[in-house]
Amino acid sequence: MSTTENTESRERGKAPAGERVADWADGRLGIYSLAKSNMRKIFPDHWSFMLGEVCMYSFIIIILTGVYLTLFFHPSMNEVVYHGSYVPLQGQMMSEAFNSTLHISFDVRGGLLIRQIHHWAALIFLAGMFVHMMRVFFTGAFRKPREINWLFGFLLFVLGMFTGFTGYSLPDDLLSGTGVRFTEGAILSMPIVGTYISFFLFGGQFPGHDFVARFYSIHILLLPGIMLGLMVGHLILVFYHKHTQFAGPGKSEKNVVGMPLLPVYMAKAGGFFFLVFGVIAAIAATTQINPIWAMGPYRPDQVSTGAQPDWYMGFAEGLIRYMPGWEINFWGHTLVLGVFIPLVLFGLVLGAIALYPFIESWVTGDKSEHHILDRPRNAPTRTGFGVAWVTVYMIGLIGGGNDLIATHFHLSINDVTWFVRIFFFAGPVIAFIATKRICLGLQRRDRDKVLHGRETGIIKRLPHGEFIEVHEPLSQEQLHTLTAHHQYEPAQVGPAVDENGVERKIKGSEKLRAKLSGAYYGEDNQIPKPTVEEYKEITSGHGHH
Amino acid sequence: MKKLSARRRHPLAAVVVLLLALVGTGGAYALLAPTSKAQADETSQSLTIEEGKKLFSVSCASCHGTGGQGSSDGPSLVGVGAASVDFQVGTGRMPAATSQGPQVVAKKNIFTQAQIDQLAAYVASLGAGPEVPTSEQYGPDGADIAKGGELFRTNCAQCHNFVGSGGALTKGKFAPSLEGVAPKHIYEAMQTGPQNMPSFPDTTLSEKNKKDIIAYLDAVNSPKTVNPGGLNLGGLGPVSEGLFAWIFGLGALIAVAVWVAARTAKAKKS
Repeated sequence: MSTTENTESRERGKAPAGERVADWADGRLGIYSLAKSNMRKIFPDHWSFMLGEVCMYSFIIIILTGVYLTLFFHPSMNEVVYHGSYVPLQGQMMSEAFNSTLHISFDVRGGLLIRQIHHWAALIFLAGMFVHMMRVFFTGAFRKPREINWLFGFLLFVLGMFTGFTGYSLPDDLLSGTGVRFTEGAILSMPIVGTYISFFLFGGQFPGHDFVARFYSIHILLLPGIMLGLMVGHLILVFYHKHTQFAGPGKSEKNVVGMPLLPVYMAKAGGFFFLVFGVIAAIAATTQINPIWAMGPYRPDQVSTGAQPDWYMGFAEGLIRYMPGWEINFWGHTLVLGVFIPLVLFGLVLGAIALYPFIESWVTGDKSEHHILDRPRNAPTRTGFGVAWVTVYMIGLIGGGNDLIATHFHLSINDVTWFVRIFFFAGPVIAFIATKRICLGLQRRDRDKVLHGRETGIIKRLPHGEFIEVHEPLSQEQLHTLTAHHQYEPAQVGPAVDENGVERKIKGSEKLRAKLSGAYYGEDNQIPKPTVEEYKEITSGHGHH
Repeated sequence: MKKLSARRRHPLAAVVVLLLALVGTGGAYALLAPTSKAQADETSQSLTIEEGKKLFSVSCASCHGTGGQGSSDGPSLVGVGAASVDFQVGTGRMPAATSQGPQVVAKKNIFTQAQIDQLAAYVASLGAGPEVPTSEQYGPDGADIAKGGELFRTNCAQCHNFVGSGGALTKGKFAPSLEGVAPKHIYEAMQTGPQNMPSFPDTTLSEKNKKDIIAYLDAVNSPKTVNPGGLNLGGLGPVSEGLFAWIFGLGALIAVAVWVAARTAKAKKS
């Protein structure tokens, strides 16, 4: 805060109005020092660093359109007879929630467009978070000091899933009602507590008269409130840690090379917001989503084929669809493994990616800070794990859409289900091995490029008749980029005797860690990058290879 | 003919006419007895059946047997009724290819409606079954669309999807999309239950119910259906919406991000 009186400027007359307003605000909020430290914050340029922005902007769009929808939506399950303008439902009994959603869609000005923007933005928000999370994962941006921010992001993704679920359940249509029934089944499959939780959630027997009102406050208040807080925390941490960057000349662990927040990024980000809004609005204006009028009001005695959740819950749907319908009877209590195992797997699959950063840092023992991103090929084990995880996720999505895959590719749904069952186990293993081989191959190629230069495609005939391809040496910048990454040594099990020569007990966890570390950095698991000596030896006049 | 007209006043002429009439009636009775209702124009009906039989022996008999009694390749058609023939042949499902996979699919109909009627009359003559509905039965007059929707969601949506976009059944079989299916064929399908579909005779779904369902489908899944929200992406629900969001939504946004990131503020080279 600048509290000193500026007497000199007084004498020269009044300062401009803008400056006086700023002065007034600074005297109370201290904005000058805040601006000084943040206005010139540097952000590096890369398209993949804008994925998080896509998420933030679609979240803002969701909040804005959601507020509009709350003005007209009635979160009530009281039954009414429909007398609105959609003819094929006139005279039908339905809940007020469904009735008011029809009202929004057909009778509120701009209602259907806003509904569709809200829903499309939700799908894109979740897809954006997924891709953003994978970008962070594959470039190793989750490493120290950003582990907490990784967890914030992960929580945003999971809460986004449930906010989406509670949101699309609100209209109380036949499709979402089936989804809520699905959820009730999953809750009931929990041993001992399942029944109690279900009765608590639905206020008695499903569907009851409460869940729309309850989902409504969860959807518009509880979850988005937590998400907003997490998002602000996420952004503060991005500011605090500063943004990561890819390796390159002039870029180090101690600097950030890019453009300042003001004015460049403010303009870019502001413009990008409108581009995101524009793309989503264009889609919403031309493409129908969740036509609840076609699905009809929910009745527990009706069901339709092709009842799937929105894509982000699709892998949970898949887990249930391809799980065999096992159940065991246990002292007069039925344990529905066919539903309970998928429920557990749902948590495990999500938990695996959330906890990965901590597992990696334990295995590698790497405690240093990282601000330079990894190229995915330079971390083959991590990249392999990530691709294996995405494979499990995608297999789940295929399983969730098994009926549509069967009808559209003229396959048998039974074959699709069996394919998915087998590849739930085999897929990640194959993906891990294949990805790792590809990464190592790419590392070898980088090594070749550094040592022997770029293949130009020019064939030269030597005087004695031999044909050679001319290799062009890489520029200094390229050489730096290809060799900037640090290569670790695998962790060893400590000495068998301590400093006094007494035999030491080696813990099992220590052995496991050494073994896993070997899988990361062992001989066959990374290609040694060329050393300066190698480079000099090859380029010091022995001619081309 | 001269001989015949010359002897028309012969004393035995009346006896001969009586005999011929008896044989004719008896023969017609033998042919027509299985049909439930007497036909107005018996001679044209028997001609129709005759023609139908010829068509049948060319196009159907190799699987369904020469008398429609069925064989190892096709079921008996005794008692399936004219409605069944009109549906199966009219939608091009019959005659089926020799190897048709898990289920006989609709294809281009190769018969004229007159020929289908002849085939139907022949098959109907084999045993009583549901008749081809009249346009009064499946027409839109007096139908309750909303009631039809409720009935559709209760009885049909399990296999045919909310608005009849179709869905998968086991082992490669499927419930077809109902878009563009003629009202008469929908009526006949409900009446006769082709292939995997259960039949909904009038005791289960009354004539009025069927009319309502047809009117509902006409409102929500026909070429004249208006999708208030825009492109309906096949009416398949969240799977196609999710794919669309990923490919065109996020895809477009990533393209935009690449475009924005490529335009960085650089000091101008002079």
